Amino acid sequence: MKTKLFGPTTIAALATLGLGSLPVMAQSPIKIGFVSTFSGPQAAIGEDMRRSVELAKEHLGGKMGGKPFEIIYEDDTFKPDVGKARSEKLVLQDKVDFIGGYIWSNVLLASLKTVTDEGNTILVSANAGPSQIAGELCNKNFFSTSWQNDQTPMAMGEYLNTKGVKSLYLVGPNYAAGKDMLAGVKRTYKGTIVNEDFTKWPDQLDFSAELAKIAAAKPDGIFIFYPGAHGVQFVKQWAQSGLNKTVPLYQVFSIDAITLPQQGDLALGTLGAQEWVNDLPNEQNKRYVADFKKKHNVYPSYYGAQSYDAIMLMASAADALKGDLSNKDKVRAEMKKANFKSLRGDFKYNTNQFPIQNFYIQEAVKDAGGMMTVKTIATAVKDAKDPYYEKCPMK
Amino acid sequence: MDYLLIQMLNGVQLGLLMFLLAAGLTLTFGIMDLVNLAHGSLYMMGAYIAWTLIGLTDSFVLGALLALPVTFLLGIAVEVVVMRRLYARDHLDQVLATFGLILFFNELVRAVWGPAGKSIAVPALLSHTVEILPGVLYPAYRFAIIVVGALVALFLAWLVARTRLGMLIRAGASNRRMIGALGVNIELLFSLVFGLGAVFAGLAGLMAAPISSVKIGMGDDILILALVIIVIGGIGSIKGAFVAAMVVGQIDIVGRAFLPDFLKTFMAPAAASSAAPAISQVLVYVLMAGVLVWRPTGLFGQRN
Amino acid sequence: MAALLASLRTPRGLIVALILLVFAVLPLLTQAFDQRYLLSIGTRIVIWSIAAISLNMILGYGGLVSFGHAVFFGIGGYAVGILAANGLQSAWLQWPVAIAASILWAALVGALSLRTRGVYFIMITLAFAQLVYYVSAGLEAYGADDGLNISRSRFPGLIDLRDKASFYWLCFVLLLGTLWFCGRFANSRFGFVLRGAKSNDQRMMALGFPVFHYRLAAFTLSGAFGGLAGILLANEGAYISPAMMSWVKSGDLIVIVVLGGMGTLFGPLYGTIAFFVLEESLKPLLDLVHKGWGEYWQIVFGPMLVLIALYARGGIDSLLGRRHG
Repeated sequence: MKTKLFGPTTIAALATLGLGSLPVMAQSPIKIGFVSTFSGPQAAIGEDMRRSVELAKEHLGGKMGGKPFEIIYEDDTFKPDVGKARSEKLVLQDKVDFIGGYIWSNVLLASLKTVTDEGNTILVSANAGPSQIAGELCNKNFFSTSWQNDQTPMAMGEYLNTKGVKSLYLVGPNYAAGKDMLAGVKRTYKGTIVNEDFTKWPDQLDFSAELAKIAAAKPDGIFIFYPGAHGVQFVKQWAQSGLNKTVPLYQVFSIDAITLPQQGDLALGTLGAQEWVNDLPNEQNKRYVADFKKKHNVYPSYYGAQSYDAIMLMASAADALKGDLSNKDKVRAEMKKANFKSLRGDFKYNTNQFPIQNFYIQEAVKDAGGMMTVKTIATAVKDAKDPYYEKCPMK
Repeated sequence: MDYLLIQMLNGVQLGLLMFLLAAGLTLTFGIMDLVNLAHGSLYMMGAYIAWTLIGLTDSFVLGALLALPVTFLLGIAVEVVVMRRLYARDHLDQVLATFGLILFFNELVRAVWGPAGKSIAVPALLSHTVEILPGVLYPAYRFAIIVVGALVALFLAWLVARTRLGMLIRAGASNRRMIGALGVNIELLFSLVFGLGAVFAGLAGLMAAPISSVKIGMGDDILILALVIIVIGGIGSIKGAFVAAMVVGQIDIVGRAFLPDFLKTFMAPAAASSAAPAISQVLVYVLMAGVLVWRPTGLFGQRN
Repeated sequence: MAALLASLRTPRGLIVALILLVFAVLPLLTQAFDQRYLLSIGTRIVIWSIAAISLNMILGYGGLVSFGHAVFFGIGGYAVGILAANGLQSAWLQWPVAIAASILWAALVGALSLRTRGVYFIMITLAFAQLVYYVSAGLEAYGADDGLNISRSRFPGLIDLRDKASFYWLCFVLLLGTLWFCGRFANSRFGFVLRGAKSNDQRMMALGFPVFHYRLAAFTLSGAFGGLAGILLANEGAYISPAMMSWVKSGDLIVIVVLGGMGTLFGPLYGTIAFFVLEESLKPLLDLVHKGWGEYWQIVFGPMLVLIALYARGGIDSLLGRRHG
């Protein structure tokens, strides 16, 4: 019975397998998976990253280490469980050499082990930097071309001290990154924290309750962390409530090239902190911003710049190894050198494989053509290390 | 005190939006005995259609007003093509088919309007604040939602209590066979009621759009809440839907505006704000379970 | 054995045998063809099949439309996850606790909701599932909305669940066990009463059967197997999150059971396979018709559900010809 059945079984199995097409063992290109959000209200961020990845590919001439490379984009739909499943598909089915991307800390945390441990694949986060991965969950297969979540608000806190802002009301979304961001500003800010509110993520786009509380508390300033569509809503509602006339807004990741077209004049003059700004004066950055603007008629954001850097970091390792990525130890060793021209200027990797870098204060302004953008007005901190690296067992 | 008043108004505003969504649902449920999971899709379609029309007309009011008849026609089309075939079926078939419709509408929106979602700006006319009491400011747009919602509620009350259509609706909710015996064109009545429900859902969707966002699946979760509301209120009862929506609106605001600060007195802020919305949601479902145990057909439901 | 061989001669029996055989050797096949992702899909199909079979016990045989069955994914999963997060990783502790929790919850929900009928039953099962969903979303210590990475259950010295093939075979054996149990269940006096009450509960009550107690028992059993699927799902991804029990997952489970054929032993199995294969294949298929269309596969799948609800209630099982015996 069994031998008889084996024929059709094999055929059936092959038919099913046909869906995934058998691997061709010829000179295969380098494969890079890229996980981001390409649908829903936050798709604009994913699109900005995709454009920058494509620009990086163009600037590299489509090759790294002498080999052509292809990029497979996957949509996490803004959900941790979907991001994890898509990452698994990239690792197991597409068998990618690197995975980059990840806007959201909760998506990254859900996906991390699937990629780095079970898939033994190198992951380059182009945005999310949850504290756990900088500390106890640090991983030899994990690299960041962004920052650890606490760092940007820490820079903002330092700046608020020098500016003499006496009391601050903190609002942020209740997920991994939101907790880190609010913890970050509290690490450095020396004034009074009037209150801290966390809102439901990502469902809550109506901030009327929080704004009413802020109006009642009358702080010197509001500190927010609301990326993308949420930042647009917060700024609009802040203006609608009339608070924009009485309480200034200080922000991280909430007013940027993605959100400014929709926030418009409402955002004018607000201050934020960032590790990269479009006017940083290095050559590679000038080229990147100019080419991006020429193509898309908008400014790139730090999401895009970090994604561009992620591809360049992968390319630096592939180039050094002449396209042979089979020895992961060698790949990791090359990546750890950060031997590439980052758009923020050169940086070094800390032991937990997060960058040691500067942070700047930026202001929302109108450019010569009347388009909303941000410009650097001060350097908040230099060569900053994140506060968690000592918890990371890697040396 | 000001804070309390503003929060209660926010609760009223949320409640009225949910009442609009629940009104159509409770009518189709009560009269046609139809479990319509796709009602949330009409909420979403209303917002997307309004987005397109607002873009075309360059006016929020005009676009929104034009979106209503379009949503009405869409509702009629859905009724004629699919729903009509489901009235005589059991609830399982209805759940399955309307679940299929949700998938269809979500992907349709993705194909037509793209995956990214849209945003509708608050109309310039209403983007300021109004002084509802001396020294108490409230966003004009939210105030407008309350006004429109209240007007629609009054209109519905009048429609159900004073008109022939309303009489048929009341008759249908309590005894489906009777309206047939009255020689009424039932097919037409059902289409009208369904279309009306679609308009209210669409209106809720487009009014909610400026304070949330227009996105795929925006109706999926609010639909569940609307279902809970009509079950609490009693299936088929407009009055019940109104009362339940108001209660649920206030519970939601308590969970968001008051509970976190209370919990923060003995919990970490992040834990408090995880727990608070969870507790208010749980309260809503406990309320529903409690009502069903106390009155198995809801607060104002018809008893068989 | 003779009966088994005889049933193999019918097309229905042959198909079941073929499916089970392919499933039995799937890890070998995926290894031979270097398709690890396929094994991962296969594992999920097996786990979802167990959940679908458990839903079929009440939905298919009992006619009780529970719209909150995914809650047992959550209860099983969170029991494992919460214990694991507190350092209790032995499966000998975790699994019984998870099953017991599922049974308790099912008994409680069943006792309250089985007093209602029709659409109120649908709504109240949904409401109780949402309740657990929101509780899990409020558990800050266990990841709240973000979910939580967990380490897999440990069966010291027996089986390593981190090994994908071993884990798959464990799931497969449990699927066989579930099938065996459900087959016994359906053909017992118990199953007979349940089916009788589905078509006419007044008559069954008049005949002296305590229909409510039978239904409650079935609801509880169904919950126990649902919890088992939850345990496996949490171990499959080494991850738990409230999304495991979103109401859409409950809807998916109903779709699967109806798609496969309600009230049939193998229907849920066909349904799960069809659901996953459709999901994975409609995309490339539509892409073949026109590049880029694959993304919109649910535009096809949605109306398919409408058509199934309207015209094909027997599901896949009825396509395989009339049932014998």
